[in-house]
Amino acid sequence: MNVARDIITVAGVSAGVFFFFAGTVGLLRFPDTLTRLHALSKADNLGLGFVVLGLLPQTGGLRDGLKLISIWMFVLLAGATVSQLIARTARQSGSGK
Amino acid sequence: MNIATVFEIALAAVVLGLAIWTIAVPDTYSATVGFIAYGLLVALIWVRLDAVDVALTEAAIGGGLGGVLLLGAAARLRDTEAMTTEGPSLIVRLSAAILSASIAAALAVTILLLPDPAPTLAPAVVANAGATGMTNPVTNVLMAFRGMDTMLEKVVLLLAIVGVWSLASDQAWGGRPGPRHQADPNGVLAFLARLLPPAGIVVGIYILWTGADHPGGAFQGGAVLASMWLLVIMAGLVDTPPVRSRWLRLILVAGPGLFLAVGLGGLCFGSAFLAYPVAFAKPLILSIEVAMLLTIATTLGLLLAGAPERSAER
Repeated sequence: MNVARDIITVAGVSAGVFFFFAGTVGLLRFPDTLTRLHALSKADNLGLGFVVLGLLPQTGGLRDGLKLISIWMFVLLAGATVSQLIARTARQSGSGK
Repeated sequence: MNIATVFEIALAAVVLGLAIWTIAVPDTYSATVGFIAYGLLVALIWVRLDAVDVALTEAAIGGGLGGVLLLGAAARLRDTEAMTTEGPSLIVRLSAAILSASIAAALAVTILLLPDPAPTLAPAVVANAGATGMTNPVTNVLMAFRGMDTMLEKVVLLLAIVGVWSLASDQAWGGRPGPRHQADPNGVLAFLARLLPPAGIVVGIYILWTGADHPGGAFQGGAVLASMWLLVIMAGLVDTPPVRSRWLRLILVAGPGLFLAVGLGGLCFGSAFLAYPVAFAKPLILSIEVAMLLTIATTLGLLLAGAPERSAER
């Protein structure tokens, strides 16, 4: 049972690290604001999602699991809103092309 | 060398590098962004040191509210910086460098000269944890064993807000702080400002409540509440309150006032100033913390809102 949990954790966190890595490379390498935002939101949404998914089997109970999931939900909400605001400002100032 | 040590060395190297970059970069805005990232990484260091209470405060103040304050200052400085062509003279730079280096050296010498093991009161704190009915040692120290320091800290917050308010011009005195924020009422910011605060308020109160037994407390919870308030203000859904408002000033003095009243009660009926009667220690501390939560949230929000700029009517 423990081995199965650990396998899920290693797989989930590794997938999360992959998306964070890809998102960071994109943030550094992509040419303009909108494509950089696209890379960043992949890291936030999928990367953190996989990390949370991987950590869920290691939690002590339902309460801790719900806390982890709600942290992910808050980051999703904040990330989506901030991306929208940055993208809108970039388009209005003309640097988003 | 295990993986945790490698992580710690990498973390320390990144923090040091970021600190040097923050000092060296000429652009104020870049330095501010560097400082915010620095605050968040320092919070990670506190987590590695098992000081989760300090980490929460560092992330909320050093990374969050302090960052917003510095970003606002950088935005205000942008116009004046564009006009000034020459930086500070060589002598000013040299003396600033010498002063900073000697302070850093003095701190390093002090740390290195500490006796090993360092003198500590931690065992005494753990041994007396039962006296207050709370198990979080940090809350015990803050609210009971060194309650005087915490009370004076809240008075300092009050002095800070008086300092910010005294920057107001005579016409604006008593008016509303900061500009009136305008945002699209159907836009994403207004949407977030309607969706997030109910959850954020619950999180803030939870952090206060769990502070009795786990990391958390009035300051961390107050910072979360303050950020929710500021979000609603920035989305243009509510205006900042005029600083002459009576209820606002009552909330500002509620925390330190109740703390002082309980302290004087201890002097009259107990053995010493701020001595809680053992039977009522936890309810008394909790009511002080609730009053402080309101005071801290309002103070932090008003510190970020700035000096009164507009008369209350508009």
